[in-house]
Amino acid sequence: MNTLTTIPINHYLIFCSMLFSIGVIGVLIKRNALVILMSVELMINSVNLLLAAFSAYSNDPAGQIFVFFIMVVAAAEVAIGLAIFVLIYKTTHSIDIDVLNKLKW
Amino acid sequence: MINVTLLLIPALPLLGFIILGLGYRSIPKKLASLIGPGTILISFILSLVTLFSFRLSPFAFRFFDWISLGPVSIPFEFLIDPLSILMMLIITGVGFLIHVYSIGYMSHDKGFNRFFAYMNLFIFFMLILVMSANYAVMFIGWEGVGLCSYLLIGFWFKNQQFNNAAKKAFIMNRIGDLGFLLGMFLIFTTFRSFSYQAVFALAKTMSPGSETMVAITLLLFVGAVGKSAQIPLYTWLPDAMAGPTPVSALIHAATMVTAGVYMVARSGVLYVLAPVTMEVMGITALATMLLAATIAIFQNDIKKVLAYSTISQLGYMFLALSVGAFTGAMFHLMTHAFFKALLFLGAGSVIHALEGEQDIRKMGGLKNALPKTYWTFLVGTLAIAGLPPLSGFFSKDEILGNVFGSSLPLWVVAVGVSMMTAFYMFRLLFLTFAGKNRGSDPQSLKIHESPSVMTIPLFILAILAFFGGFLNIPEIMGGSGMLKEFLAPVFADAVRLNQLQPHHVAARLEWSNMVVVLLLVLLMVYVAYRRFVKREPETVFGEAKMSTQMNIEIGANNRNFFIRLIENKFYVDEVYDYLFVRPALRISDALHKFIEERFIDRIVNGTGTLVVRFSNGIRYLQSGHVGMYLFFMILGILLILFINIFL
Amino acid sequence: MLTFILIFLPLLAATGLFFVKEEKWARNLAFAMALVEFGISIAALVQYFLYCHCHLLFRLDWLASYGISLKFGIDGLSMLMVLLTTFLVPIIIYTTFGQKIDRTASFYSLIFLMQAGLMGVFTAFDGMVFYIFWELALIPAYFIAAFWGGKDRIRITFKFFAYTFSGSLLMLVAIIFLYFRTPLPHLFDHIWLYASNLTPGEQIWVFLAFFIAFAIKVPIFPFHTWQPDTYVTAPYPGSMLLGGLMSKMGLFGMIRWMIPITYSVLNTTNGLFIILPVTGIVYASLIAIRQDDLKRLIAYSSIAHLGLVAAGIMVLNAQAMQGAMIQMVSHGINIVGLFIIIQYIETRTKTTSISELGGIAIKAPRLAAFFMIILLGSIALPLTNGFVGEFLILLGIFKYNMVFAAVAGLTIIFSAVYMLWMYQRVMLGNTNAVTEQVSDLSWKEMIPLIAIVIMVFWIGIFPGMFMKMAENGVGQIIGIIK
Repeated sequence: MNTLTTIPINHYLIFCSMLFSIGVIGVLIKRNALVILMSVELMINSVNLLLAAFSAYSNDPAGQIFVFFIMVVAAAEVAIGLAIFVLIYKTTHSIDIDVLNKLKW
Repeated sequence: MINVTLLLIPALPLLGFIILGLGYRSIPKKLASLIGPGTILISFILSLVTLFSFRLSPFAFRFFDWISLGPVSIPFEFLIDPLSILMMLIITGVGFLIHVYSIGYMSHDKGFNRFFAYMNLFIFFMLILVMSANYAVMFIGWEGVGLCSYLLIGFWFKNQQFNNAAKKAFIMNRIGDLGFLLGMFLIFTTFRSFSYQAVFALAKTMSPGSETMVAITLLLFVGAVGKSAQIPLYTWLPDAMAGPTPVSALIHAATMVTAGVYMVARSGVLYVLAPVTMEVMGITALATMLLAATIAIFQNDIKKVLAYSTISQLGYMFLALSVGAFTGAMFHLMTHAFFKALLFLGAGSVIHALEGEQDIRKMGGLKNALPKTYWTFLVGTLAIAGLPPLSGFFSKDEILGNVFGSSLPLWVVAVGVSMMTAFYMFRLLFLTFAGKNRGSDPQSLKIHESPSVMTIPLFILAILAFFGGFLNIPEIMGGSGMLKEFLAPVFADAVRLNQLQPHHVAARLEWSNMVVVLLLVLLMVYVAYRRFVKREPETVFGEAKMSTQMNIEIGANNRNFFIRLIENKFYVDEVYDYLFVRPALRISDALHKFIEERFIDRIVNGTGTLVVRFSNGIRYLQSGHVGMYLFFMILGILLILFINIFL
Repeated sequence: MLTFILIFLPLLAATGLFFVKEEKWARNLAFAMALVEFGISIAALVQYFLYCHCHLLFRLDWLASYGISLKFGIDGLSMLMVLLTTFLVPIIIYTTFGQKIDRTASFYSLIFLMQAGLMGVFTAFDGMVFYIFWELALIPAYFIAAFWGGKDRIRITFKFFAYTFSGSLLMLVAIIFLYFRTPLPHLFDHIWLYASNLTPGEQIWVFLAFFIAFAIKVPIFPFHTWQPDTYVTAPYPGSMLLGGLMSKMGLFGMIRWMIPITYSVLNTTNGLFIILPVTGIVYASLIAIRQDDLKRLIAYSSIAHLGLVAAGIMVLNAQAMQGAMIQMVSHGINIVGLFIIIQYIETRTKTTSISELGGIAIKAPRLAAFFMIILLGSIALPLTNGFVGEFLILLGIFKYNMVFAAVAGLTIIFSAVYMLWMYQRVMLGNTNAVTEQVSDLSWKEMIPLIAIVIMVFWIGIFPGMFMKMAENGVGQIIGIIK
C-alpha cells in the first residue's frame, strides 16, 4: 500500500485524462473503423485505470470489482464490433467510415 | 260542432291539394274539376255558416300546441272575429269563382290537376293566415302563400323566364319575411306572447310613441311591403304576371297581396301607438300609388297594366291604414277583390280568345266579338275608376274622406292618383275593346267568346263589383254603414287610441269633395275617350313611336326622356340588378377565389406544407455518416457534464 | 342495459360482417342489423318516456386507477341524437342497394363501426370514453372516403383526417387537463368534469381547445375548408354519414361538454366567438350561390345552416339551445334527403354539374316533388322540420343581440336564393341531351324519400315529442349556466 500512495492521485488523474482524451480524439478523427474501436478500448482502459487507482487510494475494493465488470463488457463489445466489421468488409471491402454511409435519409 | 266547422274550412282545401297532388296523373279531368272548386265551395258555405252563427264577441279555438317550450307557447289556434270572417268569405268566395273560371281557362293544359292542387293549397294557407289567433301561425300562412305563389307563377316551368319571375317573387317576399320575423321576435320579447289577444291587451296599456312599438310596427311593415308589393319590394308583382291569369286574379289581386293590409289592420292597436310608423306607411303608400299609376299609363301588356294598378290600389289601402281608417282599408280590400278579380278574369278571357295575345296595341274592336267579357270588363273598369253607384266609388270615397280629414296634401295626391287610375283603366278598356281590331287577320278570324264556365264567374263578380258598395253606404248618404258596424268591435281599441285622429269634416264639405272628385274622374274618362277612341290609335301610337325614336333632327327633348323613363318602369329593375344582384354574384366569386382558396385554404394546406418542408430539412441530419453521429454524441455528453457541474 | 346494447350491437355487426363473403348476404344482413338497432332505439325511447325522462344509465368501472369508467346514459339530447343516428343508418344502407360496391362486406362493416362510434359519442358520460368513441367514429369515415371515393380522394381524405384529428388532439389535452382540475378523487366522469375548478385564464385555454376541436368537426367558419372537397369526393353513403351525423358530433360536444364547463368565457367575451358562425352563415351562403357542383353547393349550405345552430348554442339561451337541438335533427334528415336526391340524379345522368342538367322535372315529376319538399324543409318553410328549429334559434339569438339575429336571419333569404336557383337550373326548364333519357323514381327508390318526407312533416307539424326531449336535454345545462 505504501508504494501506491507515494504517487499522488493527481498523477493518475492527469494521466488517465490524457489517455481518455487521446481516445476521444482518436474516435473523432480516425477514419478506420478498427482504429476507432481501439480508441474506444483506450477510453475504457483509461477509465479502468482510474477506477483501480481510486479504489486503492480509498481502500474500497468496489472499484476494482467494477473494473472486472467493465473488462468483461468491453471484451463482449469488441467481439461483436469486430464481427460486424468483418461482415461489412466482406460485403463492401472497406471499413472506412466515410464510405460506409448508406444508413441515411 | 263549431270547432269541426272551423277546422274543415282550411282542411278541405288541404285535402283537395293532397288528393289532386297524389293523383296528378290518375284523376280524370272531370273529377278534378269537381274536387278543386268543390272544396272551396264547401269552405265558403261553412264560412257563411260561421258568419251567421257569430255572436258579437270574438272566439278563439285552440286545436293543439304546436310549439310549446317553457315561455314560448305557440298553439295552433284560430281567432274568429268580424275581420277574419270577412277575409274568409272573400278568400273562399272569390276563390271559388276563380276556381270555376279556371276549369275553362286551364282546360287544355296538361297540368290541370296540378294547377288545382296548387290553388287549393294556396287557399289553405291563405285561410290559415287570416284565421290564425297569433302571429306565428299567421306566419305559417304568410310563408305558405309565398310558396304557392312561387309554384303557381312558375306553373309552366319549361320557360325559364317564368321560373325567374317565380324565384324573384319568392325571394322578395322572403326579404320582407325577415322583417316580419324580427318584428315577431320583438313582439315576443316585449309582450311575452305571440297571441293577438294577449299582445293587444298589454299594448293598450302602453304609452304611445315608444321606441319599441315603432320598431315592432316598422319591422312588421317591412313584411307587409314585401307581401303587398309596396316600394321598394314591388318589382316582383308585374313579373308575376307570367303565371296563368287565374293565378294573377286570385293571388296577385284579391288575396295574397292583401295579406299585408290584413296584417296591419289586425295589428291596428300597435300601429296607432306608433305614429312615426303610420307616417312612414303613409309616405310609402303615397309614393307607391303615384309611381305605379304613372307606370301603368304607359304599359302595353294587358296584365301588366292590371298589375301596376293592383300595386297602386294596395297603396290606397295602406294610405287608409296610415290615417287610421281601418274599415275604409278593409272595405276597399273587399271591393278591390271583386273588381280586380273581375278585371283579371276578363283579361284572361280576352287572352284566351286571342290565343295568347297580351299586347293591347294589337287588340281592339273586341266589343262585339266578346260581348259578355266586354260588359263585365266595363263594370270592372267603372268600379275601379270609382264611379257611382259601383262599389269602387264607395270604398274609394271612404278612404278619400278619411285622408282629407287628416291632411290636405295627401288628399290632393290621392285624388290625382284616382284621376290617373280612371285614365289608364279606360285607356285599357278602349284600346282592348273599342275601335277596330289591330291584330293580325288569322287572329281576328278565330276570336270567340269564352265558355260559360268562364263567363258565369265574370257575371257574378260583376254583380258583386256593382252592388258590393251597398254593404257600406256612408251615413251622409243615408246609409247604415253595415260593414263599418260589423267591423267596429275589431277596430274599436285602435280607433280609440289613434293619435292622429282625423278632424271631423262637415257633411257639406264631404259632399262637395265627393262631387269634385267625381267630376275630375269623369273628366279623365272623357280625355281617355277622346284620345283612344276618337282619334285613330295609329296616330296615338305614331306619336308614341315618334317620341321614343331618337329624333336626331329635332333633338331629344325633355318630354321624350320622361316618357322613355316611365315606359321602362323607371329602370328600377335594372337598378336593383346593379345594386344587389350583380354585386352579390361578384362577392360570391370573390369570396370563393380570394378568401376561400387563397387565404384560408392556403393557411390550412400551408400547415401541411410547412411540416413537409421542415421534415425535408431535418432529414439531412441522418447523414449516415458515423463520424458525425459520434461527434454529436460526444458533444452531448460534454454538454450534460457541463450542465451538471456548473448549473 | 339498452344503452349498452345500442353501442355494442353495431360493433358486433361490424365484426360479423367482416367475415361474410357473399355480397347479397352482406347487404341484407347489414340492413337487418340497422333496422334492429333502430328498433332498439325505439324501445329506449319508450322506456325514456315511460320512466319520466330519466337517464338510462349504465356504468362499468373500466380503468378505475385512472378514473375512467364506461359510463353511458341517455338524456333528452342523447335521445334525439341516438334516434337520428339509428333512423338514418338504415336509410343510408338502403340507398346502397341498387349499386355495385367492391368489397361490400367491409363497406358495411365500416358503416357499423362508425355507427358504434357515434352511439358512443352521443351517450358517453365519461370524458375519456367520449374521446375514445369520438376517434372511433373518425377512422371508418376516413376509410370509406379513401377507398370508395371519387377523384383525388387520397389527398382530400388525408387532409380531412389530419385536420380533424389535430382538433381532436386539442380536445384530448383539454380533457386531461380538466381531469387534473376535478375535485378529488380525480375522475373522468362528467359530473366531476363539470365541477372542475379553473381559473379564468385556464378557462379560456380549455374553451379554445374544445372550441377549435368542435369547430373543425361541424365545421364552423373558418375551420371549414376540408369539408366541401370531402363531401364531393366521398361516396354517397359517406357524405350522408358525414353531413348527417358526424357534423352533429361537433355540435353535440359543444352542448354536452364545452358549454357546461367553460360557458363563462362566452359571457366575458361578449359575442366574439359567436361572430364566427354568423359570419360563416353569410360567407358560405354567398359562396354556395355560385357553385356548379351539386354536392359542393349542399356542402356550403350545410356550413351555413350549422353555423346558425352553432350560434344558437353559444348564446346560452334556453330557446336557442332547444331550437339548436331540434335543428340538428332536422338538418341531419334534410341533408341526407338531399344527398339521396342528388344520388338519384347522378345515377341517371352521370353528372352532378348544375350547368349540364336541366328540365328533369319534365321526365321525373315524382323526383321533382320529393326534391321540392326536402328543399322547402331545408329553407325552413313553416310546417316543415327546418322551420321549428330555425325559428327558436333566431328567437334565442334575438334575445341575446338583435343585430346578430338580423344577420343570422339573412340565411332565410340566402338559402332561398341558392336552393331555388339550383332547383330551377336542375329540375325546371327544358331537358337537354344529358337529361333527355331520365326515368322517374321507382317504388323502391321512393321508400327512403318517403321516410324522410314523413319526418319533415312530422317534426314540422307535431314537434311536441321532440320538443320534450330537447327541453329535458337543455334543462340541466341551462340549470348549470344559471
